[in-house]
Amino acid sequence: MRRTSKAIASILLALLALIFLSPIYIMLVNSFKTRAELYNNALALPESFSLQYFESAMKKMNFLTVLGNSTFVTVLTVIFVVILSSMTAWMLVRTDNKLSKLMFMAFISTMLIPFQTLMMPLMQVMDWIRTNLHIPMLNTHGGLIFMNVGFHASIAVFLYHGFIKSIPIALEEAATLDGCSKFGVFWRIVFPMLKTITITVAILDVISTWNDYLLPSLTLSDKGLRTIQLSTFYFFGEFTIVWNQAMAGLTLTIIPVVIFYAVAQKYIIKGIAEGAVK
Amino acid sequence: MKRKDRLWFGLFTMPLFLIFTTVVIIPFIIGIAYSFISWDGIPANPKVFVGLDNYVTIFHDQRFFTSAGNTIKFTLLALISVNLLGLTFSLLVTSGLRTSKLARTLFFMPNLIGGLILGYIWKFIFTDAFKFLGGQTGLDGIFFNWLINPNFALYALVIVFTWQMAGYTMIIYIAGLQGIPDELLEAAKVDGASLWHRLTKITFPLLMPSFTICFFMTLSGAFKIYDVNLSLTNGGPVHSTEMFAMNIFNEIFGYGHYGIGQAKAILFFLIVALVTLTQVVITKKKEVQM
Repeated sequence: MRRTSKAIASILLALLALIFLSPIYIMLVNSFKTRAELYNNALALPESFSLQYFESAMKKMNFLTVLGNSTFVTVLTVIFVVILSSMTAWMLVRTDNKLSKLMFMAFISTMLIPFQTLMMPLMQVMDWIRTNLHIPMLNTHGGLIFMNVGFHASIAVFLYHGFIKSIPIALEEAATLDGCSKFGVFWRIVFPMLKTITITVAILDVISTWNDYLLPSLTLSDKGLRTIQLSTFYFFGEFTIVWNQAMAGLTLTIIPVVIFYAVAQKYIIKGIAEGAVK
Repeated sequence: MKRKDRLWFGLFTMPLFLIFTTVVIIPFIIGIAYSFISWDGIPANPKVFVGLDNYVTIFHDQRFFTSAGNTIKFTLLALISVNLLGLTFSLLVTSGLRTSKLARTLFFMPNLIGGLILGYIWKFIFTDAFKFLGGQTGLDGIFFNWLINPNFALYALVIVFTWQMAGYTMIIYIAGLQGIPDELLEAAKVDGASLWHRLTKITFPLLMPSFTICFFMTLSGAFKIYDVNLSLTNGGPVHSTEMFAMNIFNEIFGYGHYGIGQAKAILFFLIVALVTLTQVVITKKKEVQM
C-alpha cells in the first residue's frame, strides 16, 4: 500500500513538473504549424513537422552570426573575470593593510547599485574615453566585454575572497621559501585549489552574460555585432504578428541554453546554490 | 622587499580595479552630479546646473508615482508567489520520491532562459493560447488576453516572474532543507507531531537563513525587473505595467530628460538599498541558532 502510494506520488510529481514546463511545449509545437493551424488550435501537436519556419527565422535573426557573437562575448567575459578576479581576491586576502581593506570594501559596497543608476553616466564615460583616448569602447565587442568584466567584478571578488580565506597559507609560504615568485605561487599552487569556486563564478557569469539584454542594447548599434538577446528583440519588433515564425525563432534561442543545461547541470545547480548562499 | 611586495600587489589587483573604477565607481559619482543638472543628452547642448530642481520635478511626476505603485504591488505579489511556489517545490523534491531529480531539473529550467525571451513566450500564451482556451472551455472570464487589461497585465507579469524565479528559490531552499538533521524530524515524528507541526515548528524556523536569501533575491530581482517588462507588456496598456526601471529608461533615453532621469535613478538606488537592507535585518533577527 505504501509502495503504491509512493509510486503514484512520483508520477504526480513528474506530471506537475511537465505541466510547469507547458509554455515550452506551446512554443515548440507552434513553431512547426502553419498560421491557419496555429489559430485553429494553439495547443495541439502539429500535423507535420516542417522546418520551414525555423529556416526563415534563422535567416531573419541572422542566427549563426548572433550565436557566434554571444558565444564570443560570453567566453571572453568569463575568462577575464576568472583570471582578474581570482588574482585580485588572492592579493586582497593575503595583504593585510588599509589599502587592501579599502579596495575590498569598494567591491562589496557597490553590489547593491542597480544597473539603471549607472547606465547613462557609464555611456558618458565610455564616450569620453572614445573621443579623448581614442579607444573604441562603444559599438565594439571589446568595449562590451570590458564593461561586463567591470560589472561582474564585485560578486566574483566576493566569492573568491570568501573561498581563499579558508585555504591555509602554509603551502604558499613554503613555495615562496623555495624561491617561487608571487606569480608562480598563484598560478601553480593557489589557482588549481580554486577549482570549485572558479566553476561557480564561471557558471554565474555565463548565465548573466548570455542573458543580458540592456547593456548590449546600449553599446552595440551595428547589426553585425548583435547578440542573441538583441537579435530576438529586433526580430520581434519587425515581425511580431507572425507567431509561428516567432515561436521558431524563440525555440532556436533556447536550444543553446538547453544544451548547456544538459551538459553542465550538476555544476549549474551547485553553482547557483553556492553563489546565492555565500 | 617591501617595495617588491607593493609592486606585486599592484600587478595583481590594478587591472581589475581599474576596469571596475571606470565602469562602476566613476559612473556612480558623476551620476550623482548629473542628477543636479538639466541636459537633453546632445553633446553640443549646454548642461545647466539646476540644484535640486530635478528631484522636485519628480515629486510632481504622476507617471513616476504610478510606476512606483506598480513596482510595489508587483514586488509584494511576486515575493509571495515566488517563495510559496519555490518552497513547495523544494519540499516536494526532497520527499524522497523516485522522480525527484527529474522534477528538480525541470522546475529549474526556466531560470536559465533570459527574461526577454521568457516574456515573448508568455506574450504568445496570454494573447493566443489563452484566447483559444477561453473559446474551447467557455471560461472566458479567466482565459482572455490578459495583456490588454490594465489590471490583469500586472498579474501576467507576476506569473512570468514567478515562473522564472520559483526554480531558483527552490534550489536555495533545497540547500537549506538538506542542512536540517533527519534525526530532529524523526524524533518529532515519534513524539507524534503532525506533518504541519513538524513543518512550522522545526523546518521553517531552521530554514530562516534560506528565507533571508530567497527574500533578498526575489525583492531585489522584482524591484529591478526590466527585461520581462519590456518583452511582455512594454509598460502597457497605458503605463499600467510600467515599472521603476522602465520609467527611468524612458525618461532618459525616450524623452531625453537626462537630468530628471538620473535623479530618478539615484532615488531608485536609495530605495533598493533601503528596502533590501531592511529586509535582511528583519529576517536575520528571526534566524535561530541550532
